[in-house]
Amino acid sequence: MLIPHPLLGPRDAREFTVMGDAGMIDRPDPAAPDAADRFYEYVYLRDNPAGVHRELWFHEYGDRSWLVVTRNTLTHEIVAVELASDVSAKREKSR
Amino acid sequence: MTFSAMRLLRESVTGHRGWKPLWRRPGPKPRYDIVIVGGGGHGLATAHYLSRVFGKTNIAVVEKGWLGSGNVGRNTTIIRSNYLLPGNQPFYEFSMRLWEGLEQELNFNAMVSQRGIVNLFHTDAQRDAYRRRGNAMLLSGADAVLLDKEKLRRMIPFLNYDNARFPIKGGLWQPRAGTARHDGVAWGYARAADRAGVDIIENCEVTGFRRDAGKITGVETTRGFIETSKVGVAVAGSSSRVMAMAGLRLPIESHVLQAFVSEGLKPTIPGVITFGAGHFYVSQSDKGGLVFGGDIDGYNSYAQRGNLPVVEDVAEGGMAVMPMIGRARLLRMWGGIMDMSMDGSPIIDRTPVEGLYFNGGWCYGGFKATPASGYAFAHLIATDTPHAAASAYRLDRFAGGHVIDEKGVGAQPNLH
Repeated sequence: MLIPHPLLGPRDAREFTVMGDAGMIDRPDPAAPDAADRFYEYVYLRDNPAGVHRELWFHEYGDRSWLVVTRNTLTHEIVAVELASDVSAKREKSR
Repeated sequence: MTFSAMRLLRESVTGHRGWKPLWRRPGPKPRYDIVIVGGGGHGLATAHYLSRVFGKTNIAVVEKGWLGSGNVGRNTTIIRSNYLLPGNQPFYEFSMRLWEGLEQELNFNAMVSQRGIVNLFHTDAQRDAYRRRGNAMLLSGADAVLLDKEKLRRMIPFLNYDNARFPIKGGLWQPRAGTARHDGVAWGYARAADRAGVDIIENCEVTGFRRDAGKITGVETTRGFIETSKVGVAVAGSSSRVMAMAGLRLPIESHVLQAFVSEGLKPTIPGVITFGAGHFYVSQSDKGGLVFGGDIDGYNSYAQRGNLPVVEDVAEGGMAVMPMIGRARLLRMWGGIMDMSMDGSPIIDRTPVEGLYFNGGWCYGGFKATPASGYAFAHLIATDTPHAAASAYRLDRFAGGHVIDEKGVGAQPNLH
């Protein structure tokens, strides 16, 4: 599997470590009254879709950037790759 | 039709014309007391124990594809009970005991072969950890023998004992472990359940659960609606997809695990061998092929096929532990989809939906658990109370912090 890195071009999947669902970017507010329940869902529960899945990949043996890879779990086809820093910056701006 | 030496003799002199199909091909009836979703090893075993132990017979097993078309036919056939933690080890030992009586109980040759498993250790610290594990096994009633290097060398002479990086210092041996013919297990359970009156309905995919005031009232399938008040879901690999139809999110990710078989060779490997410094395990099938595997690929997948980096990793593990494997040619490789749970241990429990029971999260250890999983799930469905050996496998254990994490790596499913 080749990962089209936004800065470095296509890179072999073995250079990466997979962290899982990109929802991990959205850490719950620890001060919220229902924080315990939200953290349980955040840490343990997953949508685990059969189809398009947004996930975090860490370029461990490369430039050590975090990527948000949008990938089809039925075909392994990669639909989009973004820098995780861009994704969270965009989210901050829209907040 | 009962299998016996007499029967075999009679068939062999009459041209084998008397063998009949092992199970019927019924269509779904409008109503059953219990519907089991998933006609794999665990689902079929559940139906068998529901009828044999708990006296329930108005049962349907609905299967999306054909019987045994999922992970029960894709695993590496190893059976063992060499776990460490109190929530796990008694359950797997219960399973081992059921394996030992399985063929007589089912009147079916599942080729259960107790040829033993050896977990190799490579450091003093690992030896101590294995000694502790062996003691946990003994406490649960299982068997365990700690072998030093010389004893191990007499038993398995061909390993790379003097590997500079991972010298082999001994192994933890469970003589009662071994292998079983995986398809035979599915067929044996299917035949026994069918003979007890269970309807096994193939090519029947569940498309939804019908509920009324939080209670299950039936399942929607591609072959029509089936009314029932109890549904047991045993579809490991696809658990998240099926349970999502009941509105549940699970502590599970689906991952692909690859397995490999070499060309047929003369008998060379006495039992099952696992590498202690990487992830590699190997046994030899009765046809002579070396059956081996290693780590999961590490990314979410429902594709039943993996990628080459893991193939290389598995091959490297094999070469490190037994260099002679490099002479064998690879015949086939394939992938199966695993329910990787958040602590590496399974779930057998009720769900927030009344009448809906869940069995899944088997990671890549589901095959050995087949008999106990079926027994415990049948117990849960029939009596609404968990079986003593499976009482730790609760769905809500993550919220309460009662995880059963053999490897101690936390909520990172691709590391279990």
